[in-house]
This record gives sequence, structure tokens and C-alpha cells, in this order.
Amino acid sequence: MNRSQHIFGSGIVFAVGLWVTWISYTQQPAEAFLFPRLIASVFVVLAGWTFGKAVLGLSKVGIGVSRTMFVNLLPGLVVMLIYVFWAAKTMGFYTATAIAFFILLSLYDPAPHAEAKSWIKRAIITGVFVAVMYGLFALLLNVYTPKEILF
Amino acid sequence: MEFIYYFGDVFSPLSFLLLLGGTVGGLILGATPGLSPTMAVALLIPFTFQLEAVQGLILLGAAYTSTVAGGAVSAILLKIPGAPANIATTLDGHTMAKQGQGARALQLSFLASAVGGIFGVLLLIFLTPVLAKWALAFGPSHLFWLAILGVTVIGTLDSSSVVKGLLSGCIGLWLATIGFDDIMGAQRFIFHPALGGGINIIAALIGLFAIPQVLTMFAKGRRNVGAEVIEVQRHSILAAVRELFSRTRALSIGTLIGSIIGLIPGVGGQIAGLVAYDQTKKFSSEKDKFGTGHSEGVIAAEAANNAMVGPSLVPLLTLSIPGSPTAAVLLGGLLIHGIFPGSDLFDNHPDVAWTFINSMLIGQVLMCIFGLYVAGLAARVAQVPQSVMAAIVLSLSVFGAYSVQSSMGDVYVMACLGIGMFFLERFGFSAAPLVLGLILGPIAEANFIQGSMIADATDGRGAYFLTGGLNLFLIAVVLASIVYSVWMELRHRRYTTKEEAQA
Repeated sequence: MNRSQHIFGSGIVFAVGLWVTWISYTQQPAEAFLFPRLIASVFVVLAGWTFGKAVLGLSKVGIGVSRTMFVNLLPGLVVMLIYVFWAAKTMGFYTATAIAFFILLSLYDPAPHAEAKSWIKRAIITGVFVAVMYGLFALLLNVYTPKEILF
Repeated sequence: MEFIYYFGDVFSPLSFLLLLGGTVGGLILGATPGLSPTMAVALLIPFTFQLEAVQGLILLGAAYTSTVAGGAVSAILLKIPGAPANIATTLDGHTMAKQGQGARALQLSFLASAVGGIFGVLLLIFLTPVLAKWALAFGPSHLFWLAILGVTVIGTLDSSSVVKGLLSGCIGLWLATIGFDDIMGAQRFIFHPALGGGINIIAALIGLFAIPQVLTMFAKGRRNVGAEVIEVQRHSILAAVRELFSRTRALSIGTLIGSIIGLIPGVGGQIAGLVAYDQTKKFSSEKDKFGTGHSEGVIAAEAANNAMVGPSLVPLLTLSIPGSPTAAVLLGGLLIHGIFPGSDLFDNHPDVAWTFINSMLIGQVLMCIFGLYVAGLAARVAQVPQSVMAAIVLSLSVFGAYSVQSSMGDVYVMACLGIGMFFLERFGFSAAPLVLGLILGPIAEANFIQGSMIADATDGRGAYFLTGGLNLFLIAVVLASIVYSVWMELRHRRYTTKEEAQA
């Protein structure tokens, strides 16, 4: 893994460590931050050490994110973010799950996209899965989810 | 012998059904590459909310036991370990399957798992009450150090970098402080309304263990599992039983090593299987046969990784220190039902404690029986494309996190922690110490505050937390685990550098 990735990753952790330490030592009432202060002190020292090692090019552990990995990951991550942070609440859990599930299968299923059979298979798997989820969560566990856009 | 009184409770219709379901489901989940036992148990927690504490634990315990054993199916038939604990099983198990002895390898693996597992649970039965009584002598300062010990041991032993392991633990401890302070009611680190009630432990567990696996599957792109299931020919179970007991050396070495390793917090089943395999090979008169499809290799590895399961719960049930990441998830399952491990568990909820432990004993037998029959089906499930698995796990994570308290905030927290953990893992951080920090954080803080109050009224904080035999012993163990791990890391690095130079 290249040095810049290590610097970026450990830099973020170090920045969080500095923020936690600053909050812990400046916010009131001080008694409520007694334990966070203890943790923050160790946190910032370890994060600083990790960041320092990354800057000096001494970080060895971790495989990083290769270009291929990132390209493979990106579409799935985008679908996941839309599903979790927008679609599930706006469209309803079951509608959003059906759409996200079908898109993810279409994106990552190794079966050829040109074959009609593979699309039918994906649609059937999606339908069966959403039906099972509905049976489990809505009927068995009585979980009330946000209102569905379609039904 | 108190445990005998609660045996009947395991056989109540619902409890036994859950035990059966957890065992069969666990075997299938365990055989699926990419679904670790920890993740399987974390995803099952939301299904336990509506159950009684004991029934929920039975389901989780059965899943834990059988996912570890189920991992042997894909290790033997596909050469893909279902879980890290099954790595050693692939060495001889898959070779046996290629030689047309897949059924024999599977039978030996499940039988050895059952023998190892039963021994491990018996150890759990006889050690826990003794240690739980001993834990009664612990005051706030000792409980504080124990919580810190839990984080540092897993942080140092379960990570490839000691500093990053400890840092992960610190991140977990910090995450546990988010929300309102219990004593003063002050807001701490609430930078988004979703964090007002603090970080929900179940949503966090699902996010930290399931989402990184989903993203890892995405990162592999569009590709097949790439392995064909080897057809299994029939083999007499009686012959397998006879063979198992003729290989007593491999069976006893595997069982003993697994049990001892399970008792050490932070050392996982992966190490148990590999160490047992290595030691059995050293003591075997047929050393040359190892790696060529020798049954002793399968027996030792599988006996060890299942013998580890019971003892890994000893520090959890007595001292609140989970012995493995999966045990940490089980602790989460206990806490949501308002049950705290230690003497409270055995004094106030003996029915929960003993029925759960007894169910693990029965679960070993069921795992063996069903394992032999479900293996073929489990191997087929293991071939399900990763795209389907990723989409299933993602949806289950969203529903699971939401169902905890019907809050979208928990879903957002779950996703953020999961995505963050995926990238942190790429940089050498580990989920296990972070989870331990998150779970043990409130225990550490409550005892730290309580101890500080006592200390302020008596000898001062330094004297209260840093003196006394038990405090010093616990501090010494914390430091020893760090020093040992640093030494191991330096040794490994020196060895790797030397190898690179020679190459």
C-alpha cells in the first residue's frame, strides 16, 4: 500500500483523536468528561504515533484500497448509501429493499447480462427474498417500518 | 452439579425448536464463505428481542457452536474455509475429498467437533461457578482494570499491529461515551441528532461485523466463487466413529489445545486449529502423511476449534471479558436483556445461565447429527454467488438495525460504523477490539466513576486504582499482554525482513 493512503487513513484517525481530546478537556461539566479525558489522552498519543509512522513511511500493516478494488466497490457503495440514507425511509423498507437488492444483483451477479434467463432469475430471487423478509419482520416479529410508497 | 437441575428446560418445545433451528441454520451459515460466526450471531440478535433471555441465548449459542463446525464443510468440499477457525481443516480435509473420501472427512470432522465441543462445554460448566464466586471479591477498581484488560488483550493479541489494535480499542471506548452522561446528564460528543441516545450496541455490532463483509464482497467485483463442490460418496458412520477413537492422540491433543486456547481471552479458533494441527503432526508417528489427506489432521483441527467455543465463554460469563469476538457479540445479547455476567448471572438468573450452558452441550450432539446430514446441502449453499450473499446481508443488516428500537438513526449509525470499519480494516485496524471497547466502555466508566468517588473520600485515586494485590496483578497482566504482543510483532517483522532479504 502506498504511503499517501497510510497518511490519509491515519491522518483522519489522528484528527478525530485531536477533536475528542479538545472536546474532553474544554467542555463542562468537567466531571462528566473525566473518563473521556482518560481515553482521549491515550487515543491521541496512539493516533499521533500511527500518523507519525505513516508520514515517515514506516507503516507496514494494512493492504489499503487498490484502484481495481475501488472501481469494483464504488457502484455497490453508492447503491448502499442511497438505499440506507434515502430510499429506505422515503420509499418504504420493502420497496427500497426490492429495488436495491435487484440493482446489486444486476451489478455483481457473474451471470451474463445479455441472457434473458439471468434477468428472470434475478427478478425471482429478489421477489422470494423480499417475501421472506416481509414474512419475518412484518408478520413474525411485528416490526413497523416506514410507510411504503407502493402499497 | 447445579446444572443438572436445568437440563429439562432445554427440552421445552420452543427452546428445543430454537436450538434445532440455530444448529441447522448455523451449519448452513458456517459453510458459507464470507459469513463469519461473529457476523452470523450479530445478525441473529434482532431476532432474539421478542424471546425470553434464555431462549435468545440458546439461539445465539447454537448458532455460535454450529457455524464454527459448519465452516468445515466448505473447507473440505470447496477448499474455502467457512471461517478462519477452519483454515487448518482444509490442509488434509480437502485432499481427502479429492481422493474420494469427502464423506469420511466430513464425518470425522463433525465427530471430532462434537467430542472437542462437549469437553469444552464441560470445562465451562465446572470452571464458571468457581470463577464467578471468585469474581465476588472484585471492587470497582478491579472491575475497571478487568474491562481495560478485556480491551487490551483482544486489541493486542487479535490484531496484526499492537498500536493499531490498542487504538481500535480506544476508538471503541470513546464511541461508548457518546450520548448523555449517566451521572451529570451532560451531552457528550453528540454531533448528530441520531447520536442523542448514544450508540446502540446491537446496531453497532451489526454494522461493524456485517457491513465490512458486504463491502469486501462488492470489492471483489463480478466473479464466481470459483470452486466446484466435490461429490461425496457414501461412508459408514460406524466406521468413522471407530476411526475417530483409534486416533485418540490427535483427538486428545486437539481437544486439550483448543480448550486451553479458548480460556485465553483474545486468542481465536483460527490459532487453536493451526496449533493443534502442528502439535499433532509433531507427536505423530505418521508425520509424512500430514497434508496428503491424513485423517489425524482433520480430527485435530476440528476438535480444537470446537473445544475452544465453551472455554471462550468462561471469562465472559464470570468476569465480563469476552474470550473471542463472537463471545463479545453474545455479551451484547445478554446485556440487551438486562442480564450482567458474573455472580449476578449465577445468583439471580441461574435458570438463564445453566439452561444456556446445557443447551450448548445438547447443541454439540445435534450439531454432530445434523452436520452429517446437512453437509451436502450446506456445500450447495456455499456456492451461492457472493452478489446474492452481499445483498442478503446488507438487507438483513438494515432491517436488523432498524428493528432494535424502530429508529432510522440506528440504521444510519450502523451504516456509518460499517463503512468506516471497512476502510479502517484496509489500514490494519481491527473490529474486535473496537467492539470490545464499545461493550466494555460503560462497565469501565461506571466503575471508574464509582472508584473515583470512593478514592476521593479515602486515600486518593492513585492509591485506590494503582495499589493492592489484585489491582497490581491486573495491571501486570495488561502490561504483559502488550509487551508480549510487541515482542511477537517485532520478531515477526524481523523474520519477514530476513525472508525478504534472502528472496
